Amino acid sequence: MHPAFSVIFLTTLLGVGQGLFLALFSSQAYSVVNVLPAQPGDFYALGAFIALIFLVGGLIASFFHLGHPERAWRAAAKWRTSWLSREVIALPVVMGAIALYALVNWMNIEADLYGLGITGQVALSVGAFGVIATIALFVCTAMIYAAIKFLQEWASPLTVANYFLLGTASGFGFATAYAALNAPDLVPFYGGWAITLTIAGLLTRIASLLRNARIKQISSMQTAIGVRHNQVRQASMGMMGGAYNTREYFHGRTADFLKSVKWIFLVLVFPIPLLLLWAGLAQNSASLLMLAFGVQYVGLLFERWFFFAQANHPQNLYYQVVG
Amino acid sequence: MTQLALVIDLNVCVGCHACVTSCKQWNTSGEAGPLFDDNPYGKDPTGTFFNRVQTYEVGAFPNTETLHFPKSCLHCEDPPCVPVCPTGASYKRKEDGIVLVDYDKCIGCKYCSWACPYGARELDEKQQVMKKCTLCVDRIYDTSIPEDRRKPACVISCPTSARLFGDVHDPESAVSLAIRESGGYQLMPEWGTKPANHYLPRRKTKLRIHADELVRADNPLSKEDIKHETSKESSLDDWLM
Repeated sequence: MHPAFSVIFLTTLLGVGQGLFLALFSSQAYSVVNVLPAQPGDFYALGAFIALIFLVGGLIASFFHLGHPERAWRAAAKWRTSWLSREVIALPVVMGAIALYALVNWMNIEADLYGLGITGQVALSVGAFGVIATIALFVCTAMIYAAIKFLQEWASPLTVANYFLLGTASGFGFATAYAALNAPDLVPFYGGWAITLTIAGLLTRIASLLRNARIKQISSMQTAIGVRHNQVRQASMGMMGGAYNTREYFHGRTADFLKSVKWIFLVLVFPIPLLLLWAGLAQNSASLLMLAFGVQYVGLLFERWFFFAQANHPQNLYYQVVG
Repeated sequence: MTQLALVIDLNVCVGCHACVTSCKQWNTSGEAGPLFDDNPYGKDPTGTFFNRVQTYEVGAFPNTETLHFPKSCLHCEDPPCVPVCPTGASYKRKEDGIVLVDYDKCIGCKYCSWACPYGARELDEKQQVMKKCTLCVDRIYDTSIPEDRRKPACVISCPTSARLFGDVHDPESAVSLAIRESGGYQLMPEWGTKPANHYLPRRKTKLRIHADELVRADNPLSKEDIKHETSKESSLDDWLM
């Protein structure tokens, strides 16, 4: 497929925002039961506000993918059948929940909702709903790709695992740097999870790379035109100039270029951020931790580019020879 | 249930592209707006087309065969492009099975084109909506056109009648007969899309001659009255003599 930068920024920015929110919520939930030191409401509010900015950035990027952005509201209609429609519904729900979570924490709204006599019940209730919505959004985003069965590189549960793990890894990475500046007590917690999620993401991404390397394409020239002969060659695609069919479904780069992007993202997303996280945690350096996030985010842009470029659309069988 | 469809006879198609140009002419002139052409007389012309004729070479020289292959939307009975559409702009008509795009609802997200294994959909660069073959839905029901010409433009224009149009759910229709009796097949059956359009394969008329057909058994010139000592047993010839 041809990687569109709008979708690359959309999926990566959403991942950071969602991961950051999950990080904030989990630390707040732990602080209520005294596993982690509690932070003032402003810490969670500002963090959630930053998560919201990432999500808004993703939303803005998504509009550049549409031919008619002014009609985008229509996209909520077919949620019964379309994962894209489900994503369009889940995204504002997540944004609303995170905004509410930020507001509740900022205004320190407290109420003994469940009669437990502990603080943070309102924030955690709103946050718990946000967590469910956030996970649903991860699934929707990934299923948009995993649901197309003939894009065999995508049609796998590994796609969902990768979107979730790489998104949360980058979000926890950002949370680590954020905590280094505002709440040093939480740095080991966020940093530990950022490392764990990055390693988990490395395992699932390697698994999907291995799977895709040995994938056997189901469609062939023979099934495409229905001629049973071992030697079928296209002589003409029916046009000399290009068309949507020649632009949208192929990355237009060489195999070597693709391979180099693969190694760039494998280095930028996994080992370098892991090293920087480790060094940042050891030295308690916010700048190193921020660098870890920055490197990983740039790496994720390469990762997403590769994710799109690697998918082989069967329609390309019909467009092999200009003529 | 009606399922309108095209049946394309690859045995007859000569690859003249008349269906391509007539399709473009009809569909660029309709109420739905033009099929956009970008830079049509310039260096890199490109544009929206519903139908293309491709050419394939089957076999290795000198035993090759040229196959001309018209390709358009197949109006699948289980179209993968329809359920993925987030707005419902892409839909399959219940009454005649035509898969259509509502240009007023389409947001141009391209997701349906990803979900079509055949590459039958194109984003119009000017209107920024997804477009595809409509089976000339604005023509086949138009009562102001003589009844025998209420067919898709490509079918009317084909000089070799390689394109048949009709209801593939009616077992007695010409298209159903052609599919049944001339080996009609579907493209990429492995994805379960059940394309309504069918293709008829290339057919070769061969005369099968057996060796004994080259020798006339009752040749009057052969000397039948000479008795050969081939068998001691009595034969029908012995009885007659």
